[in-house]
Amino acid sequence: MDIYQLTAHEIRDMIKEKKISSKEATQSALARIHAVEDKVESYVTVLEEEALAQAEAIDANIASGEAGALAGVPMALKDNMCTKGILTTCSSKMLYNFKPPYNATVTEKLLEAGTVLLGKVNMDEFAMGSSTETSHFKKTKNPYDITKVPGGSSGGSAACVAADEAYFSLGSDTGGSIRQPASLCGCVGMKPTYGSVSRYGLIAFASSLDQIGPLAKDVTDCAMVLNQIAGHDPKDSTSVNIQHPDFEKALTGDIKGLKIGVPKEYFGAGISGDVSAAVHAALDNMKAEGAQYTDMSLPLNEYALPAYYMISSAEASSNLARFDGVKYGFRAEKFDDLIDLYCQTRSEGFGAEVKRRIMIGTYALSSGYYDAYYKKAQQVRTMIMNDFTKAFETYDVLVTPASPTTAFGIGEKTSDPLQMYMADICTVSVNIGGLPAIVIPCGYDASGLPIGIQIIGKPFDEATVLNAAFALEKTITKVKPNL
Amino acid sequence: MKISKEEVLHVAKLARLNLTQEETQRLMADMESIIGFADKLNELDTDGVVPTAHAIPMQNAFREDEIKESYPREEILKNAPSTDGDGFLIPKVVE
Amino acid sequence: MKYETVIGLEVHAELATKTKIFCGCKNEFGGEPNTRCCPVCTGMPGTLPVLNKAVVDYAIKAGLATNCTITKYGKQDRKNYFYPDLPKAYQISQFDLPLCQNGYVEIDVNGEKRRIGITRIHIEEDAGKLIHDDYGNESMADYNRCGVPLIEIVSEPDLRSPEEARIYLETLKSILEYTEVSDCKMQEGSLRCDVNLSIRPVGQEEFGTRCEMKNVNSFRAAVRAMEYEQKRQAEILDEGGVVEQETRRWDDVRGVSTPMRSKEDAQDYRYFPEPDLVPIVVSDEWVEEIRKTIPELPEERKARYVNEYSLPEYDAFILTSSKKMADFFDAAVKEGAKPKPVSNWLMGDISKILNDKELEPGDIPFTPAQLAKMIALIEKGTISNSAAKKVLDAMFAQPDDPEKLVEKLGLAQVSDEGAILEMVNGVLAQNPQSIADYKAGKDKALGFLVGQVMRISKGKANPQIINKLLKDALDKA
Repeated sequence: MDIYQLTAHEIRDMIKEKKISSKEATQSALARIHAVEDKVESYVTVLEEEALAQAEAIDANIASGEAGALAGVPMALKDNMCTKGILTTCSSKMLYNFKPPYNATVTEKLLEAGTVLLGKVNMDEFAMGSSTETSHFKKTKNPYDITKVPGGSSGGSAACVAADEAYFSLGSDTGGSIRQPASLCGCVGMKPTYGSVSRYGLIAFASSLDQIGPLAKDVTDCAMVLNQIAGHDPKDSTSVNIQHPDFEKALTGDIKGLKIGVPKEYFGAGISGDVSAAVHAALDNMKAEGAQYTDMSLPLNEYALPAYYMISSAEASSNLARFDGVKYGFRAEKFDDLIDLYCQTRSEGFGAEVKRRIMIGTYALSSGYYDAYYKKAQQVRTMIMNDFTKAFETYDVLVTPASPTTAFGIGEKTSDPLQMYMADICTVSVNIGGLPAIVIPCGYDASGLPIGIQIIGKPFDEATVLNAAFALEKTITKVKPNL
Repeated sequence: MKISKEEVLHVAKLARLNLTQEETQRLMADMESIIGFADKLNELDTDGVVPTAHAIPMQNAFREDEIKESYPREEILKNAPSTDGDGFLIPKVVE
Repeated sequence: MKYETVIGLEVHAELATKTKIFCGCKNEFGGEPNTRCCPVCTGMPGTLPVLNKAVVDYAIKAGLATNCTITKYGKQDRKNYFYPDLPKAYQISQFDLPLCQNGYVEIDVNGEKRRIGITRIHIEEDAGKLIHDDYGNESMADYNRCGVPLIEIVSEPDLRSPEEARIYLETLKSILEYTEVSDCKMQEGSLRCDVNLSIRPVGQEEFGTRCEMKNVNSFRAAVRAMEYEQKRQAEILDEGGVVEQETRRWDDVRGVSTPMRSKEDAQDYRYFPEPDLVPIVVSDEWVEEIRKTIPELPEERKARYVNEYSLPEYDAFILTSSKKMADFFDAAVKEGAKPKPVSNWLMGDISKILNDKELEPGDIPFTPAQLAKMIALIEKGTISNSAAKKVLDAMFAQPDDPEKLVEKLGLAQVSDEGAILEMVNGVLAQNPQSIADYKAGKDKALGFLVGQVMRISKGKANPQIINKLLKDALDKA
């Protein structure tokens, strides 16, 4: 077995036990990148020399006994997380040359923990998409079938982990952008409770929904990374000041008596038979482990997607207004005056999907429509949250599919935006409710594509969610992609 | 919900986007279907429902009034498409 | 036709906090362009605002000092518009839940008290500056001012003349200065206002169509702009025209206003709750804590000056309209000087010198104790009033102990009766005609003789002694 195939916690332990060096772990990952990146195309920027230098420095630290909790573990960051002096593009022409003079808080925390940054990974432009096809730079492929999409928007984060091009990565999730690609690429992805992980330095898509989380090879890795990135950050006003438990220690595998709700609305039209069957099989596995599951109802679920598109697009239209060719990034070459500079820069710098969302969001906030769309969506949000609160009075976790289908073909859904939006049907309500949710592989379809299952928890109860996933994971036989 | 060409152009102006003929046509159709999809929200009676801005209840996140060092100017200007070293250059603004 | 003018004002005051509203950069005027900036205040991607608590404290303080109700649950909103002085392309402000509401300010118009309603006070961030000079066909954006905390104080349309508006502005300024919410440095633009003005035929109840005026950079400019605007609107109505609702730009150099944009292409700011910030919940305890920090306000201080020091109402008003002036006054009185002379010096010569030098009361270079000492020297007869003016000039030029200055400038009065008598006798000997005139009842002659003695003494002889000795000598002659 090659080093690159190991999980992040195995790498961490082996480095700690001095069985391998960080440099070896890094070299192995870089070699893997050289070997498969042509096919997968998950990276926007590979930091070969920097990563090796960093690994050597960390090896020296380890030798002198000053190593962080994840000392020497190589990883990748989604390209919407700021890295000081290193390209941070959001996979957009608009930021093709942007090198932030500051680190995101997650970047800072992972560097402090001693991880090695292998590079920045591809995404849908400004995280808007469900297939990573809206990236300005490249189309990332699904490692299980390179004619299929990896999902999105954190498609690069999921693909690089699935393809063993990084031991773990971070993604961001606004409506399913960690969980849906995790599902399509057969890896573990978690969106923590809103406010658990600092958003400082995450280039915003929709501020009230965005949350950073890990994409990992297994649940233990996911818990281990979450331990490092969760916690209060005074630089983010929406970051919550509570102590979180040690998530890795919470992985006992004991789910006896765990009460699982299975909302029937997630198994309706549009959900493929394979997916439904695999999720139910997984539920039976969990039952065998001592959990109990009950069919129940979240009647407002169908309103989550329209509410999500109004809220996220409205916030995005404002968040993306700052990209105007004056302070950073792309500036159009030809323009008549200031207003034309703005318009030309934004028209040439943004791709079609981003423009579409800006248009919808601007419309939803504009005079005369605010109450009908934006405010209405925020009210529906309240109602959906109440639905969840009620459900959690009875259940410890809710279990649903993570994606209505397995990975779809590249180009298959690009012509109809609404059809693409439906790819998030299983995941958006979790963002609307600010809840924690994990996706892990629970089976494979006839063509060998991974099927994901989603476990949703109460606010700040990541520990229960992770442990439920950990217990289920033990019952699943994982298959690596054949690249 | 019918979206007219004028509406598309008005919104584009608010959003500072220049649209080609083709984009305008496309956006008319796309916005019509997406906004139409959002009209589904009208099936719900939201009278008296308080809108939620944050899913997790939060309040009073403050910073103390303590000075932190500003960034060196070259760091602030480093990414500027056009600068003279003092500031960000833009086409003349007539006020 | 006769018209009544209706004015409402929106005053923006920069708060005197140490740091900006959403980041730790220094809140300070001026500086080399873009040197008081960080990724947060320049709106770099991924950065987030964190509200400075002092901004909320100051806004509440301003609200309490203007009799507002403090909002228990406030929030911040984004006001979206593109302009190169606004790096995020939205301004963080407050839309429907401002921190303070429904207050009033009492003003004194020719001895009559008027209550001017305060609709609301909200917090927001200032924008940067665009520099056009020396940049040819380009402009340069300087973001030092981005994120400087502001409160916007919106008045009800309760003002009925530019003069009333001016008094309101002066009153508001002194309240902000007294509470130390703002340093109110006009020349640095720390107080700015937008004017809303309409006119209506006298007796009509509903308001006329209003125009908003921007770019009013001083109170003087505000008054001129209002006078111009009420005249302009009256002329339109007199000619049977209709006043258009519009935003106009005041050009203080030319003394005219011109339309900026009309109602048709009014901005659509697309306000919505700022998702990066959380609600501001103000407890009663918090409000009470701030209430304790509110000092004596100008109205109370004025009353104290009239009651305790028997100062005329007018003196008390002038002294208290600037906190720094009133503080100086109090300190000098505390040093033992009598209130009235201190008031006279402050309102008279000192104010005149400040005006000439374009200084503010806070810029007085000498100490209240030094002024008190100078006044004591006059009262002891060591210096004359006219010599005191020279001492004052010297104190402005290079502050020092007045006694030393008197010595240095050789301004001490001669009060030695023997020496003065010698001069008196000399003058009388040379002016027999004046003696005769005096005897004939011409009082002017005495003045002439006093002047002659003063001239000989080079202005140093004590005038009271000259008077006394001259009269004695003349009566004997």
